[in-house]
Amino acid sequence: FYLTPPQVNSILKANEYSFKVPEFDGKNVSSVLGFDSNQLPANAPIEDRRSAATCLQTRGMLLGVFDGHAGCACAQAVSERLFYYIAVSLLPHETLLEIENAVESGRALLPILQWHKHPNDYFSKEASKLYFNSLRTYWQELIDLNSGETTDVREALINAFKRLDNDISLEAQVGDPNSFLNYLVLRVAFSGSTACVAHVDGVDLHVANTGDSRAMLGVQEEDGSWSAVNLSYDHNAQNEHEVERVKMEHPKSEEKSLVKQDRLLGLLMPFRAFGDVKFKWSIELQKRVVESGPDQLNENEYTKFIPPNYYTPPYLTAEPEVIHHKLRPQDKFLVLATDGLWETMHRQDVARIVGEYLTGVHHQQPIAVGGYKVTLGQMHGLLTERRARISSVFEDQNAATHLIRHAVGNNEFGTVDHERLSKMLSLPEELARMYRDDITIIVVQFNSHVIGAYQNEE
Amino acid sequence: AAGMFLRLLSDIQWRAAHPKWRRMTSSQRSTSTTAEPHPVSLPAQAQVVICGGGIMGTSVAYHLSKMGFKDIVLLEQGRLAAGTTRFCAGIVSTARPVSIELKMAHYSNKLYQQLEQETGVQTGYTKTGSISLAQTQDRLISLKRIASSLNVMGIPCEIISPKKVLQLHPMINIHDLVGAMYVPEDALVSSANVSLALATAASRNGVQIHERTSVSHVTIQKGRVTGVETDRGRIQCEYFVNCAGQWAYELGHSGEEPVHIPVHACEHFYLLTHPLQEPLSNSLPTIVDPDGRIYIRNWQGGILSGGFEKNPKPLFTEGRNQLEIQNLQEDWDHFGPLLSALLRRMPGLEALQIMQLVNCPESFTPDMRCIMGESPTARGYFVLAGMNSAGISYGGGAGKYLAEWIVNGYPSENVWPLDLKRFGTLQSSRTFLRHRVMEVMPLMYDLKVPRWDFQTGRQLRTSPLYDRLDAQGARWMEKHGFERVKYFVPPGSDLLDLDHSKTFYKPDWFDIVGSEVKCCKEAVCVIDMSSFTKFEISSTGDQALESLQYLFSNDLDVPVGHVVHTGMLNEKGGYENDCSIARLSKRSFFMISPTDQQVHCWAWLKNRLPDDSNLVLEDVTWKYTALNLIGPRAVDVLSELSYAPMTAEHFPSLFCKEMSVGYANGIRVMSITHTGEPGFVLYIPIEYALHVYNEVMNMGQKYGIRNAGYYALRSLRIEKFFAFWGQDLDAFTTPMECGREFQVKLDKGMEFLGQDALLEQKQNGVYKRFTMFILEDHDTDMDLWPWWGEPIFRNDRYVGKTTSSAYSYTLERHVCLGFVHHFDEQTGEELVVTTDFINQGEYEIDIAGQRFQAKAKLYPFSSLFTQRRRKDEVELSGYQRE
Repeated sequence: FYLTPPQVNSILKANEYSFKVPEFDGKNVSSVLGFDSNQLPANAPIEDRRSAATCLQTRGMLLGVFDGHAGCACAQAVSERLFYYIAVSLLPHETLLEIENAVESGRALLPILQWHKHPNDYFSKEASKLYFNSLRTYWQELIDLNSGETTDVREALINAFKRLDNDISLEAQVGDPNSFLNYLVLRVAFSGSTACVAHVDGVDLHVANTGDSRAMLGVQEEDGSWSAVNLSYDHNAQNEHEVERVKMEHPKSEEKSLVKQDRLLGLLMPFRAFGDVKFKWSIELQKRVVESGPDQLNENEYTKFIPPNYYTPPYLTAEPEVIHHKLRPQDKFLVLATDGLWETMHRQDVARIVGEYLTGVHHQQPIAVGGYKVTLGQMHGLLTERRARISSVFEDQNAATHLIRHAVGNNEFGTVDHERLSKMLSLPEELARMYRDDITIIVVQFNSHVIGAYQNEE
Repeated sequence: AAGMFLRLLSDIQWRAAHPKWRRMTSSQRSTSTTAEPHPVSLPAQAQVVICGGGIMGTSVAYHLSKMGFKDIVLLEQGRLAAGTTRFCAGIVSTARPVSIELKMAHYSNKLYQQLEQETGVQTGYTKTGSISLAQTQDRLISLKRIASSLNVMGIPCEIISPKKVLQLHPMINIHDLVGAMYVPEDALVSSANVSLALATAASRNGVQIHERTSVSHVTIQKGRVTGVETDRGRIQCEYFVNCAGQWAYELGHSGEEPVHIPVHACEHFYLLTHPLQEPLSNSLPTIVDPDGRIYIRNWQGGILSGGFEKNPKPLFTEGRNQLEIQNLQEDWDHFGPLLSALLRRMPGLEALQIMQLVNCPESFTPDMRCIMGESPTARGYFVLAGMNSAGISYGGGAGKYLAEWIVNGYPSENVWPLDLKRFGTLQSSRTFLRHRVMEVMPLMYDLKVPRWDFQTGRQLRTSPLYDRLDAQGARWMEKHGFERVKYFVPPGSDLLDLDHSKTFYKPDWFDIVGSEVKCCKEAVCVIDMSSFTKFEISSTGDQALESLQYLFSNDLDVPVGHVVHTGMLNEKGGYENDCSIARLSKRSFFMISPTDQQVHCWAWLKNRLPDDSNLVLEDVTWKYTALNLIGPRAVDVLSELSYAPMTAEHFPSLFCKEMSVGYANGIRVMSITHTGEPGFVLYIPIEYALHVYNEVMNMGQKYGIRNAGYYALRSLRIEKFFAFWGQDLDAFTTPMECGREFQVKLDKGMEFLGQDALLEQKQNGVYKRFTMFILEDHDTDMDLWPWWGEPIFRNDRYVGKTTSSAYSYTLERHVCLGFVHHFDEQTGEELVVTTDFINQGEYEIDIAGQRFQAKAKLYPFSSLFTQRRRKDEVELSGYQRE
């Protein structure tokens, strides 16, 4: 059977979300116009996560995609927590003190982040207190450290990633008296997640990447054509430097067993990730935690299984690679996406499709009545039709949806084939994962005028 | 015919310089003359130069010449009535929520009605009436409120059922309506022709009109207008009137000394159609459908329909751009939602043929009210602009008031809500204006519930404690760019609910404010009142005292350390300002006045203080943070923090002393609270603000201290019958009329401004009296709440309007303050209002058409005063406008 176009649209649009940065937010002019994001599940439930938030106590905006594996627990936790760690790492000493004092005296906290969430993007209520306490311990340590230096974004990103991964690991080791929470922290630690996070502040764009999600900049050349610039390196077997790094960190004797079938220890695709304590803890620690853990964990074959050739852990790190890019007026948009997109589409095509989409929507030919005889009803019909066309099959209102439509529905000629799209979307749950992966996309659009103005100032 | 409508004006031969104005007929209008009239040279001097030949400029010229001014020149850069006026939709509508705007529109309507007869120029005046539709109950309430104020002004107006709408206008779809308001005397005109008629009459009265003459800048010397530079030479003049419409801002900024006129243009679209098969009658009423964001009028057998969309397009932010004007194009996609609303309201128009979508820029102001008056920095520089797309409705009245202002020194009505001086330089930022007008334009048709606030252009002026208060749950409103706390949301309350529940009924914050009021009564509260205007006046000798004694009605020759409440009165004894003045030393004074007095009061004093370098006036508003400690325990908090005794023997009421609070020294402490409750206001040099606030909050803990906001303050001051300037008091209200004779010292031994007028009132009595009303049969939970502007009825006859209202948590009743007049039952003539007249009457307050019994009082409940004070020490002042 086939899905009708409206059915296809309702599947594609179920998770779409758009945020426009207000031109007047009362504080400053943003180099970000807004962003579109969307997710298409292949796993049930989906294991990808996404996050977006505006930093309220410092400047800038954070956006990220997280690709989970062995369950969604780790990706979920990272999507909830990582931005707080980054925001806290960026905060000046005084603000940290103020926040700590507020917590100490039970006063209301300064809000740190303004989240931009789709209604389906949830936060775990049960773990919030636990997460908060870990975060608080982190800022207390930052307060004690007080280096007195201004915070470097690159360093802040690296520290935040490492710290959160460390906290995930510690929480699982310590456990929690509440059995639900205890099981939760263990699931978080034993599952894994990549993270690809962008921090935009004025013309300064930082991308911190751990794993095989990818950030790509869409650049409009002088002749109007589109090209792609990578702003992250995939951490997987295809990346020679990455393979080299892993080999450097372990004795020569393990060289052969480290990477097998393009996987870490023959098991894991991404070479860097959050969680995945099976690749980080010593065998003794793994055994102790699993045995003292709840029955569900103990009975799970996956958690009990120790990777082969496991001699010198850790084999895995959450430390990101950070790339800094100064935005230029020709840099029109940024695409953050999990590997579900990149394995179906070449980045050059992504740049072209998004670029043409973003300019096309804004350059619709205006209507002029001129000398023609047009009735109000005809005009109304025409306008309604134009509005509908924008939101129809070929004119999504959301750049991420548009990209997913192409990623899933493109035929050999690079155009969306409705039949193919319909087939791909109507695959039964158990088959879907064979044909496609979870796809999560965030398209951030930049304000070239603002970026141009920044440039002129410098 | 449409082409004619748009072109007809440019075809007119405008022989402005001819002393005998050629009488125009419609046949002459359509015959275009090719030869340019030979430009007549400009006069070298004139008494008044008006810049702008639209409805505003011609109306000012008309009224000035009628009032006897002869030597007037009107300059227009293009052709007369060729700007926004040419494109104006021509609807004269009196249904205005602001009373002064309503009066202007009413006058305009009467003026235009007889204009054709007076001038012989066809104005197209047709009395069609107008119908404002309500799709929701809340909208109907807001219409009922307007209907109440129209009715008491004698303007026919009724609330009608949807069925009646259909009878009046058979094409209207009424299925989604809950009611409507019908104003039968509203009219349609050709706005350009009205403007030409006014110009014709003005020209006959001797006004010289020059087209194709543009003003490059106005010259100002020693704070006075001296002349105008144009592209055709210079004209010396005494008065200049800026009626440049959307160019008013730029013209104001073109001179060396800028005059700040905060207007910004937005594109405005309306649709013209060909006639219907059976042409629409030209007497069909105009339809305003604010919930659909559109208006519809009949036009040459077809319709003209425009609206105020949610997503306006501001333009000319960077300034004038001729190219852009010519390129202003139809934008059908933008107009789409309005077209949908139109077809929903009049489905029968589907087959009607489009003639044109007109794009006509309109200028908007930061507060949705127009701008008139004299520049605070350049005397003789007058402004009339920023009509928020109601230029034709206001044109007649606005021109009249401005002419009166020039001729008599002030208009015949209180125009403070429209006064240019309500703005300062701070509203003159282009970014601010761009963002604000994007909010203002949709607001034209948005439902406005009590206590609504602008959301754009915020957080501009803030107290140093802003972040601290914000983190404690403060909810903010804005006055003159300054953020002020309304109330504090306690932790755990659902914040979203509070922000979104806007209502004509009991609001969500009722209990929150109630607990703040309770704390003020029983313990102590802190309110940040830093926004108040603060001036210092000092001199080397007695100049300061002498000048102030003349400018203020109370006796300021008091011992050092005393605080005096006094009016700053005009010649007629009316309040130009209401202040508290502390005598800091023999030769220096500290003056506190309302937030929005910063520009007006400064200009008033500057213009009247002697030009003496030994007398210094300084605006110190930004130097001090003000904390108001209200409540019986304020004295304990302060004495513990200062190690100084603060009891009434040591620190009597209405006293001011510099002292230390915590580590900080030099804090000005005044024993006033602007509410009648015991307490102190601390004027703190800003760098100490956080320290003092922290000390006060820490020390106050054991006395139950908490933060409070202006809503609590308002409830307290209204139940104590305190009048606030800008809300209750204005330039047409004297101390005698509001029970403040004790603040006037007629025998202080020297002459002061307004003295003669007050003496006369003292002898002959007053014609209105400030009165307090306690609502009797009003259910706080179920009934509509009063706001302000509600009609007051005495023995079933209209006697005046309320000026402010609040729920008194002490009396557990609503309290309204307002003025009672005494109109003669036969002639309507105003009679003296006596105490007996007030006391011997049955009163009712009309809230959106529903009347509630009220008890009138001329004195506050003495039981509300917790401390006994000497009679003349009773604090009766405060400043705030909600």
